[in-house]
Amino acid sequence: METAAEVVPPRTHYVNARYGVKSWLLTTDHKRIALLYLASVTFFFFVGGFFAVLIRLELLTPQGDLVQAETYNRLFTMHGVVMIFFFLIPAIPAVLGNFLVPLMVGAKDLAFPRINLLSWYIYTLGATFTVIAILLGGVDTGWTFYTPYSSTYSNGNVILTGLGVFIVGFSSILTGLNFIVTIHTMRAPGLTWFRLPLFIWSHYATSLIMILGTPVIAVTILLLALERLAHIGIFDPALGGDPVLFQHLFWFYSHPAVYIMVLPAMGVISELVANMTRKNIFGYKFVAFASIAIAVFGFLVWGHHMFVSTQSVYAGMVFSILSYAVAIPSAVKVFNWTATLYKGSISYNTPMLYAFGFIGFFIIGGMTGLFLAALGVDIHVHDTYFVVAHFHYIMVGGTIMGYLGGLHYWWPKISGRMYPEGWARFAALVIFVGFNLTFFPQFLLGYMGMPRRYYAYPEEFQVLNVMSSAGASILGVGYLIPMIYLIWSMRYGPHASANPWGAFGLEWRTSSPPPTQNFEETPVVTWEAYEFHPREEREALGVMDVLDRTLRPNVNVGDRG
Amino acid sequence: MQLSIPFSPDQASSYSGRVDALFAFLCVLTILFGAVITLVIIYFAIKYRRRKEDEIPRGVEGSMRLELFWTIGPFLIAMGIFLWGSSLYFTMYRPPDEALEIYIVAKQWMWKFQHLDGQREINELHVPVGRKVKITMTTEDVIHSFFVPAFRIKMDVVPGKYSKVWFEPTKPGRYHLFCAEYCGTGHSRMIGWIDVMEASEYQAWLAGGAAEGSLASSGEKLFQQLACNTCHRSDAQGRGPVLEGLFGKAVQLSDGSTVIADENYIRESILNSQAKIVAGFQKPSIMPTFQGLISEEQVLQLVAYIKSIGTKQPTEGGAAKPQPPTTQQ
Amino acid sequence: MATHAGLAHHFDDVEQQREAGTLGMWAFLVTEVMFFGGLFMAYILYRWKYPSEFAVASNSLNVTMGFINTLVLICSSLTMALAVYFSQIGNRRLITVFLLLTMVLGTTFLVIKGFEYHEKYVEHHVPVRFPTYEFKWEPHVSDHAGAHEATSLAVDTGRVEMFFWLYFAMTGVHALHMIIGLGILTTLVIMTRRGRFTPEYHSPVELSGLYWHFVDIVWIFLFPLLYLIGAHLHR
Repeated sequence: METAAEVVPPRTHYVNARYGVKSWLLTTDHKRIALLYLASVTFFFFVGGFFAVLIRLELLTPQGDLVQAETYNRLFTMHGVVMIFFFLIPAIPAVLGNFLVPLMVGAKDLAFPRINLLSWYIYTLGATFTVIAILLGGVDTGWTFYTPYSSTYSNGNVILTGLGVFIVGFSSILTGLNFIVTIHTMRAPGLTWFRLPLFIWSHYATSLIMILGTPVIAVTILLLALERLAHIGIFDPALGGDPVLFQHLFWFYSHPAVYIMVLPAMGVISELVANMTRKNIFGYKFVAFASIAIAVFGFLVWGHHMFVSTQSVYAGMVFSILSYAVAIPSAVKVFNWTATLYKGSISYNTPMLYAFGFIGFFIIGGMTGLFLAALGVDIHVHDTYFVVAHFHYIMVGGTIMGYLGGLHYWWPKISGRMYPEGWARFAALVIFVGFNLTFFPQFLLGYMGMPRRYYAYPEEFQVLNVMSSAGASILGVGYLIPMIYLIWSMRYGPHASANPWGAFGLEWRTSSPPPTQNFEETPVVTWEAYEFHPREEREALGVMDVLDRTLRPNVNVGDRG
Repeated sequence: MQLSIPFSPDQASSYSGRVDALFAFLCVLTILFGAVITLVIIYFAIKYRRRKEDEIPRGVEGSMRLELFWTIGPFLIAMGIFLWGSSLYFTMYRPPDEALEIYIVAKQWMWKFQHLDGQREINELHVPVGRKVKITMTTEDVIHSFFVPAFRIKMDVVPGKYSKVWFEPTKPGRYHLFCAEYCGTGHSRMIGWIDVMEASEYQAWLAGGAAEGSLASSGEKLFQQLACNTCHRSDAQGRGPVLEGLFGKAVQLSDGSTVIADENYIRESILNSQAKIVAGFQKPSIMPTFQGLISEEQVLQLVAYIKSIGTKQPTEGGAAKPQPPTTQQ
Repeated sequence: MATHAGLAHHFDDVEQQREAGTLGMWAFLVTEVMFFGGLFMAYILYRWKYPSEFAVASNSLNVTMGFINTLVLICSSLTMALAVYFSQIGNRRLITVFLLLTMVLGTTFLVIKGFEYHEKYVEHHVPVRFPTYEFKWEPHVSDHAGAHEATSLAVDTGRVEMFFWLYFAMTGVHALHMIIGLGILTTLVIMTRRGRFTPEYHSPVELSGLYWHFVDIVWIFLFPLLYLIGAHLHR
């Protein structure tokens, strides 16, 4: 290494462009901000994971014997709050999206770099409030904060936690705003909408939800906090209010929020499937518009969380039929990903393994969504472990698989180093097994009738709970392995070339890691998305240069490959 | 429809088999769909695995026909599930007219049951097998949810209103009753039992219970205690509407609309008399509000009483609709 | 395409930057609409449920002050629009003058609002319950409104309180936006004094104008919804 360094002076890229804490904390470079977010969400992932460990330990036995009921309620609430608001929602958009959106559209940065930095600070501020709330003993309302429990009866730190969630919402709004503006106004010459990578489409759809939905949760939490402080009765029936109104306002955001969490993962999977098979995605426009359709329909189905909440039967039916409507675009995506494999050149690299895992989990998670949208079945399984299993299949099996797959796929670009492939495949396998063992038994538990948020449970549920806890311990190990080897690889991993995968997108046409301004010169796009051509076709088309470059390793000046 | 699937709770109501049938159908659909996709993926993944590091396959154009097929196909299936699910939902939320009525007041963290005959129970409900049971519920504090897995029913219990659920037990036994909506520290202790008994046993149980008079008769006592009867007289001479023959009928309101005099309407009128004023009566209503003065259980007694006189005819006039008192006009 | 002092490094040209800024502001305003939308939703629901209480409570608000404030805000929109106009033609002095005028009008609005809040405080119409201060609604006392005795009798205190709660929440959030707006205008005045704006680069003024007009428009909705729904009770 030393000798090589003497020969070629190290190339300047965004990581080594400047040094010092200040150069990170005051950076406006979207790539550095992405790394700030990466550190933050990883921290919160493990905080939330820690709560999950305690929950699973408690549920090993039917009697509540590890912690107090009060403590248990705080554990699952904080698990939900931390995982949803501080990990899942920002995970892919704020880390991978932040890093990749400008690269993929061929821009030097996001449209508002300072607002981007501000959004990280807002996230940190919201996180601080929430951490203080946790340290002061947490909150026991469930992450859904249902009134009147949260407004009147709970003795946890509802307002402080609410404040944290309220604040972090603005970070999400600013990120969404930045993406929308960047995608609209800063695309490279020639990069038309239908030449955009599907990652961009899904982030565009996500951003729409972020800017339209998040303010509603903000105002809902504001109302809740005021209600708790002044007790005016807007959600209190004794004073003429309506507790179910809170549920409507809450789910108006929180259901679309599910799509904030899963749409970006779908974008990642589209990238992985296309690039790891070196084929154009089957039905590009269908996949692209499916993202938009999900974002739009996602706003119309909030009432399916409330089929047994005394809303009218007809409202229930409308929400049910709309929920089926939103299932269709998701199914279309799965079909198109599968069809993309046809006659591809399918790699078994770690990112692709995660993509396979995602598709499998997403089928189960999605299909069980059909169970829940079926009114008659939902009555039975609503608020049972069936629901818990369903949304973990989407959130953990979907979003986290997508996130990890994406992180591995773009790791060479982010860090300039390769991760250890063997370990990574092993970890993916461990996660796959651990995940299924953790959450599949919960479907059965749910249908047997075990309600969620139970600290102690009747004995007939124990066997499945033990299985689930055993699976969780495997899953936990599975998540620790990548953290260890990714950190290790930042220093010791082999250097990555500009395009180690032979992938197609613009982000692979600059060096790894990219320079601060992303591209040496503004790229001009003359090709369609994922326009892979076999060698002989490329020769005939005379596009040898562009496409060969995607396969030519070591184009980084100064890299030792 | 009797169809037993593994990992399902007892099928103990007329409704459970129907839910299980749809559930089983969905399971089969999921397995089929999942298996087909998985097999296709595995097949492709093996057949088209990357053989040379720098190989690039020939592109495949999308197919409109395929896209339409897998958009419309799942849509039709989804609509089928929707219809099936909705028909169940409709059954669930149309309580039968002829049914044994039970009232529940939930609170942190217990279920309090009241039988019409006056028996009260806590966390345990006795019902006869083969008879439709209709439950009217409310709560004193936060939202709870009445969930009996063996009956496949669930309904939230929301403060400030009555919600209803019904079931018809088909198998004697003891079944879990859970609170399914998180309600605080003791949420997981808010567990009760539904005891489904043979009709004869049930009669014996009823006879053994130390009834303190029926729910309606307690309501009647309260009605007099609170001096409701000074205005709500049966002879249409009082200052309030006649309550005899009122229950279940349409009531004309002062703003021109009509409501059906059901439990929720009566509850609201007791607790907040200004909410809906019967046509022909003074606006604002002169009736005091009882919000905060009487407990949910007392409201239930009054409701039961007013229900019980719902079949009676007013002593004068005989009209079902309450008559405005002539003295006020 | 000459480089310009106001052009950030990551934009290709001023045009792209202006476009990005404008789109960003519009997207932000959409967010704001959704934010206020939640409050309006709560307002609509409860007004529909409790029309008489809302009418009576609305009737106790000071319509005159509300009306004056409406006029003040409409005028401030005009001065803001003029400031934007002069930034387009590059008249630095007049930009400053109209920005300052807008600020004076904005402050006037807030001062009048402060008087109104004080009036509510004195009348015990602030919907809070503290040991030292409690919401009170005396049905018969609504002198300046001159409501019928019968109408005031009909209302339920809790629901009237709900109206005031929404009144304070909605006008409070609106006032907060005004205060933020004043902060933005101050920054603009300083930037103008330093000669940062030219006819080619004035988007901060334009975008702040959009924001200011939005806040005004919110008030245009708030005024009739909060102040005028009880107007028929005057007669």
